[in-house]
Amino acid sequence: MTSLWSRLEPLLARVRKPARYIGCEDGAIVPQHGHGKVAWLLAYPDVYEVGLPNQGLQILYEILNERPDAVAERTYAPWVDLEALMRERGIPLFSVDSHRAAEDFDILAFNLSSELVFTNLLNMVDLAGVPVRAELRSPTDPIVMIGGHAAFNPEPMADFIDVAVLGEGEEVIGEITEVVREWKASGRTEGSRLAVLKALAQIPGVYVPSLYGVEYDGDHIREIKPLYAGVPERVMKRTVSDLGDWDYPRNPLAPITEVVHDRLAVEVFRGCTRGCRFCQAGMITRPVRERPAEQVRSMIVDGLQRTGYNEVSLTSLSTADFSGIESVISSIVPDPTACGAPTVSLPSLRVDAFTVGLAAKVAGGRRSGLTFAPEAGTWRLRTVINKLITEEDLYGAVESAFASGWSRAKLYFLTGLPTETDIDTQGIIDLAAGCVAVGKRHTGRANVTVSIGGFVPKSHTPFQWFGQNSVPELRRKIGLVRDAATKTKGVNVKWHDPSASLAEGLASRGDRRIGAVIERVWRDGGVFQEWSEYFKLDRWLDAMAAEGLSPDFYITRHRDEKEILPWHHLSAGLHQDFLWQDWRASLNEFGLEDCRWTPCYDCGVCTGDGLEHIVASPIPPAGGSQGTGQDLSRGGITPVTLRSKSSVGAS
Amino acid sequence: MKIRVSYSKLGKIRFTGHRDVAHMWERSLRKAGIAVAMSVGFTPRPKMAFGLALPTGAESLVELIDITLDPASGVTADQLDSIADRLSTSLPVGMSVTGIRECAGTEVSLQEGVVATTWIMLVAEPDGGPDIASAIERVNNSAEVLLSRERKGEKHLDNIRPGILELRSADAELMSSLPADWIGESVGHAIVAVLTTSGRGIRPTELVEVLVPESDPPINPWDHLNRVLRINQWIERDGERVDVLTGRAAHTSVSA
Ligand code: SF4
Repeated sequence: MTSLWSRLEPLLARVRKPARYIGCEDGAIVPQHGHGKVAWLLAYPDVYEVGLPNQGLQILYEILNERPDAVAERTYAPWVDLEALMRERGIPLFSVDSHRAAEDFDILAFNLSSELVFTNLLNMVDLAGVPVRAELRSPTDPIVMIGGHAAFNPEPMADFIDVAVLGEGEEVIGEITEVVREWKASGRTEGSRLAVLKALAQIPGVYVPSLYGVEYDGDHIREIKPLYAGVPERVMKRTVSDLGDWDYPRNPLAPITEVVHDRLAVEVFRGCTRGCRFCQAGMITRPVRERPAEQVRSMIVDGLQRTGYNEVSLTSLSTADFSGIESVISSIVPDPTACGAPTVSLPSLRVDAFTVGLAAKVAGGRRSGLTFAPEAGTWRLRTVINKLITEEDLYGAVESAFASGWSRAKLYFLTGLPTETDIDTQGIIDLAAGCVAVGKRHTGRANVTVSIGGFVPKSHTPFQWFGQNSVPELRRKIGLVRDAATKTKGVNVKWHDPSASLAEGLASRGDRRIGAVIERVWRDGGVFQEWSEYFKLDRWLDAMAAEGLSPDFYITRHRDEKEILPWHHLSAGLHQDFLWQDWRASLNEFGLEDCRWTPCYDCGVCTGDGLEHIVASPIPPAGGSQGTGQDLSRGGITPVTLRSKSSVGAS
Repeated sequence: MKIRVSYSKLGKIRFTGHRDVAHMWERSLRKAGIAVAMSVGFTPRPKMAFGLALPTGAESLVELIDITLDPASGVTADQLDSIADRLSTSLPVGMSVTGIRECAGTEVSLQEGVVATTWIMLVAEPDGGPDIASAIERVNNSAEVLLSRERKGEKHLDNIRPGILELRSADAELMSSLPADWIGESVGHAIVAVLTTSGRGIRPTELVEVLVPESDPPINPWDHLNRVLRINQWIERDGERVDVLTGRAAHTSVSA
């Protein structure tokens, strides 16, 4: 095992942003490789400045390096300029910590936060000198593993990966290390690859696609079943029961070059039960587990001291819901005018006045703009997606924002949602115009930016049965919003061309046959598909045509209850009939309250895993919550059976 | 109190840019617990003034920064050594403090004051064409050395000869005075060059362009420039070049 540094070094002055490849971060470890240790290469299949801040990767990096039997390094996708030079000179994928070749590691573990990085994974495996197709790998090749949100439907990647890990990694990486350590000790003999994969499949949360067969009936899946005795029929996601046991990262990585989210991040809770039906992150990370407020405080103080940052982001899917939010903020922002006091950023703001109050408290002098996400233009559509924000909520929040000195608000919307009509789409601009009118009462400069994205249905959500809008339809709807905005003073629209939503939709709900499409796109040069300058819709359409696959079947078609979905054998803990009922409830415009503070719907995640919410406060946060205590009578009949919490064994 | 600090930037960290270095300093000062005075205004910034940008990929023993300490922290001159130590510990691997002194408020700023810097360059001998030693001789014997450079999107032919204040092969004594691990495995003809920083200045890569034969397509100077190290930064005092940190005159010592 030698360092590739001397071969890389002469290339770096010739590429853009060479600091992407040198490591040297605060918090980086000096890897201690050794006999008998399992060597993990943690890979983020996008460019360094996007990948470095990823918390999941940082957490696993630290936990693995604390183990006596493991060592972990990191790698990121080399940008196209360096990749070309590497290929020209035969330099393989390398780690940024000690610039070791990827093939020197036992496990190549990719964190997938989006489906659009799938082609980059193929590219990195290929750059590593490892066969792209799993069936061609020998016992000397590393095990290619994926995890992260986009691994919840790993089927399109089934041909390329050895293992997918469902859910949270803190515990399962140790169990995987032990199995791989045994394999190494046994000498990784010819034919042993199947044995180690079978052993890995025994670990809860670990899915080995090659141990399962998929049978088709025409276009549809007839059956998915294990090919070997002892392989579980269904793989359940892993969930850490108490976040307080895992105060990582303790030694956060602070980069020496600019990255996105260049600040300390402290995760205040995991999971979300607001139940937004479009949101895969919320559905697959249930239940809610809060970090003790005291631990949040010490992680902030420690992290700031270690990194020298003066800004901390309190992360979660909805940080204003954190029970300890006020006490944490008042203890770290003693006096916003004092120099040296850290600034706090609160991503994912809730839409209410309480939240704006928090934002005002942490904003100090910086009142650049506040972001809210009503997601849909009318109350009707918001009951469909279960984002239960009334117009009064939104105007109230915007009112207090403008009254506290902000002059700009940003509103996030999705288009292409189930049951959406042009009235809903127009409603986006009506809402934005309403916000401008509220703002004008406070400042003549009041303006509102509408940011609009095309909705892509995801697996393990109530919308997994919904036929995605076609690209032309999404374009038409975005056009409606843009046209309406030109006639509305004070409203600007930000949007992306929705063509990438086709590829995202294909990969999100695709089955194993989509693997061939992904491989074609990659071989045709389609890497960095999240970067619009590298995305070409025709590449995807041509690849589908070449494979004889129909975009309608995979993307725009509604599915029915009987259909066996490609991830049928994989579980995020949610009962299939809960999701189906919630889908029906959605079509009936029926909103569902947050189960943190109201009776349990028995969605499955607590009951199945013996888990429960860990929330310090028994009552909803000030300022209300998703539907809690709200009049939802504008919705339809209740199709979901409600059960009292005490009867589900989680108490 | 305002302090002038010189620091090194060696090894892998040389691939970071000027803005990156500014951020590293902000974080390192906070890690070291050194309170910096803040500018007044809507978004207060720490009062730090950097010297001339070091090109990404170049190394240095003498990068410079002026820092105004928070008056409330009551730092005195005899604490400067301990500040230097704390900073060296907090700075990333490859960067450490190489000099520190109090800086009078009347001193000219680094950006305005520095007129020239000295570089050691390891230049690969070109395949075919004259070798580096004869190229140096040619430059030294010419009154005019033309280089095509872009200004506002247009190509201009500039005579850079007046900005090349000194150019010679580096002798063994000088090379042995450099940090032991600096050269590593890189090879090439070792050159000492004193280049002007006034006006547009001359970059080491631009000097390489005039030392190696022209080619079509134009060369990438980094194909020839194996390593480049800044060893002195000069200001002018009474018509003489003196070191910006130590005030020593040019002929007394090359490296601080
Ligand atoms: S099982 Fe019940 S309490 Fe737990 S997340 Fe699901 S609905 Fe909420």
